[in-house]
Amino acid sequence: MKSLLSILNNTRIRSIGYQVITLSLVVLFFAFIINNASSNLVEQGIASGFDFLNSTTGFDIASSLIHYDSSSTYLRLFNAALLNTLLVSFISIIFATIIGFSVGIIRLSNHPIASRIAAAYVETLRNIPLLLQVFFWYFAVLQPLPSPRASIDFFNLVFLNNRGLHLPSPELSGHVGLFFSVVIISALLLLYWYKQSKKYRISKGRNRNKSWWYWRVIPLLAVSLAIYNAANIGVNWSLPELTGFNFEGGGVITPEFFALFIALSTYTGAYIAENVRSGIQSIDKGQVEAARAIGLSPFNIMRFIIIPNAMRVIIPPLTNQYLTLTKNSSLAAAIAYPDIVLVFAGTALNQTGQAVEILLMVMLVYLFISLVIALLMNIYNKHFLLIER
Amino acid sequence: MTTPFNNNSRYKKSRYQQWYEALFGSKINSVLTIASLYFLYVTIPPMLNWAIFEANWLGSNASDCNSSGACWVYISVWWQQLLFGQYPSEELWRLVLCSGLFIILLTALILHKRLRAPLPKRLLLISTLLYPFIAFALMYGGFFGLAIVETRFWGGLFLTLVIAVVGITTSFPLGLLLALGRQSTLKIVRLFCIGFIELWRGVPLITVLFMASVMFPLFMPQGVNVDSLLRVLVGVSLFAAAYMAEIIRGGLQAIPKGQYEAAKATGLSYWQAMFMIILPQAITLVIPGIVSAFISLIKETTLVYIIGMFDFLGIVQFTASNSEWIRYTKEGYIFVGLVFWVICYSLSRYSRTLEQKPSNQH
Repeated sequence: MKSLLSILNNTRIRSIGYQVITLSLVVLFFAFIINNASSNLVEQGIASGFDFLNSTTGFDIASSLIHYDSSSTYLRLFNAALLNTLLVSFISIIFATIIGFSVGIIRLSNHPIASRIAAAYVETLRNIPLLLQVFFWYFAVLQPLPSPRASIDFFNLVFLNNRGLHLPSPELSGHVGLFFSVVIISALLLLYWYKQSKKYRISKGRNRNKSWWYWRVIPLLAVSLAIYNAANIGVNWSLPELTGFNFEGGGVITPEFFALFIALSTYTGAYIAENVRSGIQSIDKGQVEAARAIGLSPFNIMRFIIIPNAMRVIIPPLTNQYLTLTKNSSLAAAIAYPDIVLVFAGTALNQTGQAVEILLMVMLVYLFISLVIALLMNIYNKHFLLIER
Repeated sequence: MTTPFNNNSRYKKSRYQQWYEALFGSKINSVLTIASLYFLYVTIPPMLNWAIFEANWLGSNASDCNSSGACWVYISVWWQQLLFGQYPSEELWRLVLCSGLFIILLTALILHKRLRAPLPKRLLLISTLLYPFIAFALMYGGFFGLAIVETRFWGGLFLTLVIAVVGITTSFPLGLLLALGRQSTLKIVRLFCIGFIELWRGVPLITVLFMASVMFPLFMPQGVNVDSLLRVLVGVSLFAAAYMAEIIRGGLQAIPKGQYEAAKATGLSYWQAMFMIILPQAITLVIPGIVSAFISLIKETTLVYIIGMFDFLGIVQFTASNSEWIRYTKEGYIFVGLVFWVICYSLSRYSRTLEQKPSNQH
């Protein structure tokens, strides 16, 4: 009896015991739900597995970046919907960052009116549910706009109505791929030379000769121009035109996209503004005073002292905001923007009934996006941390 | 002799000068002044006109809204649905009683230390533990001869608050266990907790709600039907628990190592050390974090509309399906937004005052 007690009191044995109990509980739980799920699926006559991805969907979606129609497969649908999610998240992230940094900086300015407007903006948007803001933009602002026939037009080029914002869109002809690859390569080369000259300046204490630059930039320009001519790029603007009840030609930003985009970028912008504010406030006053003392201009103080210092504090919460924004883009489901939740977890799920597989795929997508953004931001964060001396 | 240097301390700017400098002291400030004044001029007067001066305040149906301003008649017509959903009118006293009790309990909990004769702690503890049962009995009925009101009749602000409050309270013990598990030396426990937390934090709430509404029934044995509100509550609690776990972990990490070591040195067991030494300190540290988690949860509960429940915001969407009122959803959004704003803003102010309180814990 005594030996049994001593075994039970042995910390190692107890820790193994706890782990075995946890593991078996988890296994039992999964066995229970999987067992139930499989018998329920058989009962309801729902197929399982991922075969449905290769069958045709039979329904169309409102907008897509890649070619998609009702004869496409579910896999195609998944890709189209995923791209829509990424599109609205990406564009909203850019605008939310711009809004956040401007509002955050204005809020810290010593200007009595502007800083209060910025504060009011932050406090209003942060304390109202995002879904309400999405609804407000969609149902109360964009839906009551006039019909296509009575559109609000700007210079007869851009038309705003309840079907969306119609814009002229460029159609490029010629060797577009060649042209764009040249643009990208030149940009990379310029960046590389800039870094080299900076390295030179730091090690030698003086700038490169101007001729060093001339010998590089002028040939590059010449080659690029030659390739541009050879690529025979032509731009043909397609203009929106009213035909019948709707516009044809040009590009269109749908009201669903627009509402989601405005709501996401203004709402997240308010949060980013708070991060920016606390980041800037975290900088020691002495840093700014020292910078002023050595005669840096206000712009250079911002550029070389405040921003690099503040970024270190700002980036981790900023990453979080980007992640939250991407997850919040799932509110698309409420206003029928064809994102992955609406068309895949919604329509496709109703069509096939394969709830487990579909929700698993959708959740994995979000987990994957979260991981990628976290990874990218960690790399960036390291870059800023390395500057620390 | 006066130089700008040695006279600086005695030189005091008049209020006029201070204002002038703030508004037009530099080029940037002048631009900001003009831009912000213009912004206020463009936004404030039309807004006031719409919301107050040209608004329709009295009436009983949409045809009473004939001026160009807001139609506040909307609120007076729909207030009952907005607050309580389809809850039967003759049973409303139960919800009023419930919220009254809740307010009394909350006030007692917050203010009992300031009373001249402090309330006995046991009384507070018992009433806190009893409250959920009383509240459930009052809301759902079936006890003491109260008629049963099924959860599909629950709605409005009432439903929003039920989901948020139940979510945050049940997520607390769960999150506590997960946070402890994540710090545990037991590998399997730790891995499980990390996996659980990261899984829920990585996905949007809407997918969790979809899971609760379509996947959850598949996981139950045949013939078992779980109430849809209960399913949502389970989903929301698990979701909130993952966030709660991270908040509590922050508190646990903020406790100096010496506290852990001292607790161990005095011979306390793991659970004793946790509950008597570490957690009381850690939890006080993270109360502001918990309040902000509660704020986000209140805002996020609006998502239940997407899976077909009529919460506070959902009722506005519901009224939009009524052709008479479809033009006035803007008023509904503004009213709902205002109520959310008041709740969330006051909570966030409260958590800010908690943060600013000097902590003399260590």
